[in-house]
Amino acid sequence: MSGTVAAPRAGWPVLAAVATGGAAGASARYGAALLWPVAEGGFPWTTFAVNAVGCALIGVLMVLVTAARRRVHHLVRPFLGTGVLGGFTTFSTYAVDTERLLDGGHLGTGLVHLALTPLTALAAVGAATVATRRVLALRREAGER
Amino acid sequence: MNWLCVVAGAAIGAPLRYLTDRTLRARYGPAFPWGTFTVNVLGCLVLGLVAGAASAGAASPHTQLFLGTGLCGALTTYSTFGYETWQLAEGRMPLAAAANVVGSVVAGLGAAFLGVAGGEALWG
Repeated sequence: MSGTVAAPRAGWPVLAAVATGGAAGASARYGAALLWPVAEGGFPWTTFAVNAVGCALIGVLMVLVTAARRRVHHLVRPFLGTGVLGGFTTFSTYAVDTERLLDGGHLGTGLVHLALTPLTALAAVGAATVATRRVLALRREAGER
Repeated sequence: MNWLCVVAGAAIGAPLRYLTDRTLRARYGPAFPWGTFTVNVLGCLVLGLVAGAASAGAASPHTQLFLGTGLCGALTTYSTFGYETWQLAEGRMPLAAAANVVGSVVAGLGAAFLGVAGGEALWG
């Protein structure tokens, strides 16, 4: 991830944080798929929702990490951002689900899924980023009063 | 056992994404998110292959969970893709942001089609 926050230090602790976070995130996504299975040819709502939620959460996380007054522990971002949210959300399932829909003759559903996912993802990142900044600004104002 | 397959795949896929991103960022700089673009397209190709093999009956459920849900799922990311695109847009680089979205979607879908066709040809 690029950003205003300095890149985390390399090394085994970072890799371990990314791996464990990724495993936790992917497990949560797998759990969601088991809880809310989608019929073949239907709109893949579960992966759609997982990606939208993950995008909103990374917006919140990155604002909090960037705005933190005290230095955030250097493993927080690799664990939560790169690991948990990176493992929770998925681009490959989005693309292959779309391919399956288009290939299976569900042209309309496939095209809607193709376009709606990135639009929703960007809206989720943007709305979460703006909302989190606003909440932080309000809290700061309240603290200064 | 099913969960173990997902966990094992993700514990490989996520660090692989991190290392790829680091390597490409060091080589090409932070102007365009080539790292995320690369892992996402690569993951679409591999998951396509797995889906093609599965539809040909050549990939067991455990293989699909390990390689597909776990490895490809964690190798690729929508949150970082969304965040990096948002950052490009906020940094007054709307063209780069649009190119990242259109490029990732087109290349990812193309890779998925290629992977499925390849998987069906190889194992069908």
